[in-house]
Amino acid sequence: MLLDFFMSLKKAKVPVTLNEFLTLLEALEKRLVFGSAEEFYYLARLCLVKDETNFDKFDRVFMEYFAGLEYSGEELLAGIPEEWLKKQTERLLSEEEKRQIKALGGLDKLLETLKERLKEQKERHQGGSKWLGTGGTSPFGAYGYNPEGIRLGQAQSRHRRAVKVWDKREFRDLDGSVELGTRNLKLALRRLRHFAREGAKQELDLSGTIRATANNAGYLDLKMVPERHNSVKVLLFLDVGGSMDPHVELCEQLFSAARGEFKHLEYFYFHNCVYEGVWRDNRRRFNARVPTHEVIRQFGPDYKLILVGDAAMSPYEIMWAGGSVEHHNAEAGAVWLRRLLDQYPQAVWLNPQPGEEWCYASSVATVNQLMGSRMYPLTNEGLAQAIRLLSR
Amino acid sequence: MKFTGTDSYIATDDLMLAVNSAMLLGRPLLVKGEPGTGKTMLAEEVARALGRDLFQWHVKSTTKAQQGLYEYDAVSRLRDSQLGDPRVHDIANYIVKGKLWEAFESDHQAVLLIDEVDKADIEFPNDLLRELDRMEFYVYETRQTVKARHRPIIIITSNNEKELPDAFLRRCFFHYIRFPEKSTLEQIVNVHYPGIAENLVKEALEVFLGVREVPGLKKKPSTSELLDWLKILLAERIPPESLRSTAKERALPPLHGALLKNEQDVQLFELPIRRRGAGF
Repeated sequence: MLLDFFMSLKKAKVPVTLNEFLTLLEALEKRLVFGSAEEFYYLARLCLVKDETNFDKFDRVFMEYFAGLEYSGEELLAGIPEEWLKKQTERLLSEEEKRQIKALGGLDKLLETLKERLKEQKERHQGGSKWLGTGGTSPFGAYGYNPEGIRLGQAQSRHRRAVKVWDKREFRDLDGSVELGTRNLKLALRRLRHFAREGAKQELDLSGTIRATANNAGYLDLKMVPERHNSVKVLLFLDVGGSMDPHVELCEQLFSAARGEFKHLEYFYFHNCVYEGVWRDNRRRFNARVPTHEVIRQFGPDYKLILVGDAAMSPYEIMWAGGSVEHHNAEAGAVWLRRLLDQYPQAVWLNPQPGEEWCYASSVATVNQLMGSRMYPLTNEGLAQAIRLLSR
Repeated sequence: MKFTGTDSYIATDDLMLAVNSAMLLGRPLLVKGEPGTGKTMLAEEVARALGRDLFQWHVKSTTKAQQGLYEYDAVSRLRDSQLGDPRVHDIANYIVKGKLWEAFESDHQAVLLIDEVDKADIEFPNDLLRELDRMEFYVYETRQTVKARHRPIIIITSNNEKELPDAFLRRCFFHYIRFPEKSTLEQIVNVHYPGIAENLVKEALEVFLGVREVPGLKKKPSTSELLDWLKILLAERIPPESLRSTAKERALPPLHGALLKNEQDVQLFELPIRRRGAGF
């Protein structure tokens, strides 16, 4: 049984290994916990999960896997007083939503239906559109989308048994694969700093040692100095215009906050794809362009290139001369992109769109191919991967 | 023997379980969490509660894994040889024991704290894998193997500044100390300041939790800051009533220096509301 749980964790991309699983079994064998689901949850998490960013994934698997074993629909029905349901509903729903409830025949009807379904339903359910459970579109359950929905088993419930620790999903914010938010930004910054600082080494200060030894009447006195490290130089190309603007602001904040860590940080803007000209000041984009050739000449190959953009455009804009939406370009975007990549072997493309949505625009695949698969989503994980690649 | 917190340290159920599991199974316990939630304190309190010796190894950016095991003090040997000291003939005289060695040698099971492991070089945790796994290491200079007489209880803290290698993580238990809930906070305050006026605690917690919720704070004040703040509130004899008004208006709390350690954070309170949250 636990083996299945282990496999589900693997499937959910929680990095678990057999060794850790054996540790859990060892702990269970020693009767560290006994007979309490909550303690078992803590123990399993202690042994199997090694990073708080994976807590939420773990919670979800745990919820799914052990929920059916713990309580059934009938038990739920017995435990929920009707007035509580009513009160919850009134508190949670806005006036407009209450009006919408009438679509289902009013609140009383809704409660009636709920009871019916609770009776029919034998075990916990997730997804789907009829049964009670989590994440579905049924009017009943938790984390659902139905405007007529009644929330069950989340915070504030007086029915203590229905709210499990793992059901609270308190670590959702810590999940590394969500987009960068205010809290995540801080972590992302730390990742950027790694880039610039890789452990302070010490080296022998030869002249200092000789001087100190001489001062010391010939007895050896070693002096060490911290190794000097060169900060990283970064060229940042940002896609502006349209849907990219909010993301660009985020990126600018991100990189300027980390500016102290870079020896040089140069910004340039482009629209959709890089062509013969880029600009430094978005307000003067049409009269203060910098020729891309100039950029390549001015900044040497020791710069690291970071392009930020959603890469969603028509294929012409990349592959054809004259395909740009803003001006006539004599050479195709792909040519310019390749030129940049030739000059800067260390390059990545950061895409603010979540990775799952990349497949909807063929241009994303094209750009990714041009970049040699070095496109990463603008999430903590993506950023970390990109930085790891760049600092190699 | 089980760890159940001490008279000055409130441990939540999951933390107790983590410590006890690590103890029973002899695995190092890696503790992460917001700064000021008592990560380092944990080791001290575990040692105190169980009556064990505590060895603290504070890691810096220049710390090498080897320093935790032992160091060969070649410089003093060289100096001694210049002075003609007879000690120079035995290399063992110049082997300086590290914290890990000391903990291994202890007569009773000891508690070893490896504090802020993420401050060191990326390779640091990797260099300790075998030592933490087998609880033994080899001293090349004297050709001896040092083996732990009793597996020490190892508590490792991290502030998340660097990612720790997977191989290292696999060998540890992991616990994340969450910021405590209000009821736990009250308990914590009570064990630190027994007999403190109830309404002062209530008002102060209100203000404190309000401060934590202001969006855009660079550094949220945590438990240790709350305790410091209460201490000076007590010393200055600030009446609880004056706290109530600040909680309501979200004005700068009295003696805010103990809570807000950042100029921009202080400004968040003085600026009009529309600017709040825009700060980065």
